[in-house]
Amino acid sequence: MMAVVQKDLAAEFRSRELLSAMLVFSLLVILIFNFALELDIKTRQSVTAGVLWTTFAFAGTLGLNRSMAVEKDRGCMDGLLLAPVDRAAIYFGKAISNLAFMLIVEAIVLPVYSMLYNVNLFQAGLLGVILLGSIGYTAVGTLLAAMSVQTRTRDVLLPILLFPVAIPVLLASVKASGGLLDGAEFSEILTPLNILIVYDVIFIAVAYMVFDFVVEE
Amino acid sequence: MQTKPIALTILDAASVIVLGIAAYLALVFAPTELVMGDVQRVFYFHVGTAWVGLLGFLIAALSGVVYLITKDMKWDRFEVAAVEVSTMFFFITIVLGSIWARPAWNTWWTWDPRLTTAAVTELIYVAYFMLRQGIEDPEKRARFGAVYTLLGGISAPITFMVIRLFRTIHPVVIGNQSAAAQGGFDMTADMRTAFFFALFAFTVIFIDLMWHRLRLGAFQEKVEQLKLKVSI
Repeated sequence: MMAVVQKDLAAEFRSRELLSAMLVFSLLVILIFNFALELDIKTRQSVTAGVLWTTFAFAGTLGLNRSMAVEKDRGCMDGLLLAPVDRAAIYFGKAISNLAFMLIVEAIVLPVYSMLYNVNLFQAGLLGVILLGSIGYTAVGTLLAAMSVQTRTRDVLLPILLFPVAIPVLLASVKASGGLLDGAEFSEILTPLNILIVYDVIFIAVAYMVFDFVVEE
Repeated sequence: MQTKPIALTILDAASVIVLGIAAYLALVFAPTELVMGDVQRVFYFHVGTAWVGLLGFLIAALSGVVYLITKDMKWDRFEVAAVEVSTMFFFITIVLGSIWARPAWNTWWTWDPRLTTAAVTELIYVAYFMLRQGIEDPEKRARFGAVYTLLGGISAPITFMVIRLFRTIHPVVIGNQSAAAQGGFDMTADMRTAFFFALFAFTVIFIDLMWHRLRLGAFQEKVEQLKLKVSI
């Protein structure tokens, strides 16, 4: 498992094509939101969580698509499948490297956003929510990306498959982050937080169980 | 070529009859609701179609799991049939709900969590068809379809729970009497008759349509096989 992670990270740090694409893309999304929503101080308060999660979700699909397409195009997936390891190791390896990419992008987007819009996003709670949300998102996303690269429409299909299934995680993340940014009590954000944890656990378990069916030939 | 089974013909006739009776019960027999008036009559079919819609999605998720275990194409046909019929019923539910919401909430649509969930669920199953369309190998199509219905079948109830936790203006008619302000109401005995009959009627219609769709699926498969034979 760690070998898959290592391979992905090493390949990425050498070429940096995926990370840079995700980064530039997410900055552009934030820029577009700035024009589209006229992010003045008042609206900023209420929409920050939404803008952030939309950005992460879009950048996330970009990364998920790319990381699976690379395997497929160069026939690496077959190589991985031939390796004498449990299929679950491939899934978790892929999911962890995808999660790592998403977290790196988030780690850069957050300070940029804080700086541009003068909101302090560095709260321990918020970072925790972002971590939980990203885990759930990549857990499902990795599985669906493995499916969508094998179809005729490929990249186009992933967001269509992923977004409706990932709605609970996005909804709960936005609620929790919004609550934290508004300085709500911990008890208030406990519900979305619980949903996030439940979603993460369930979907990691399900993806782990069905990944075999997705990659078998 | 199999001929149409007699039981299916009988079921066809039964579906038409129960639909007629359900329509009579909903439109004439049930008393007019005091606050909302006649528009409330939409409710019987709204819940009826929603019930079979959700039932079908549940059946689809279960047959998906059975397919993954047994690898028998029969279950794949079952799954497609259930999703297809249910997607249609669920669409009707949403349309009927909108018709009711216009006078009751003064809007066709709100981004109320439950409405959003309904839309999301519908989109999941539209995505399901797009996924299937993109795959040529029938065996792979069946596998991916099964995996996706499973994911959808798990995700939809979670979204549904999320709504119960966050605020909603959708009335909870069954098992919650405090919803009057949102357009909820207490059902009288006659209303209940109409309501439960509508549930029953749509269940019959659902089984009928499922059966037709299953036969169609079997025929489709046969046609594909014959085509292969001809091309060889």
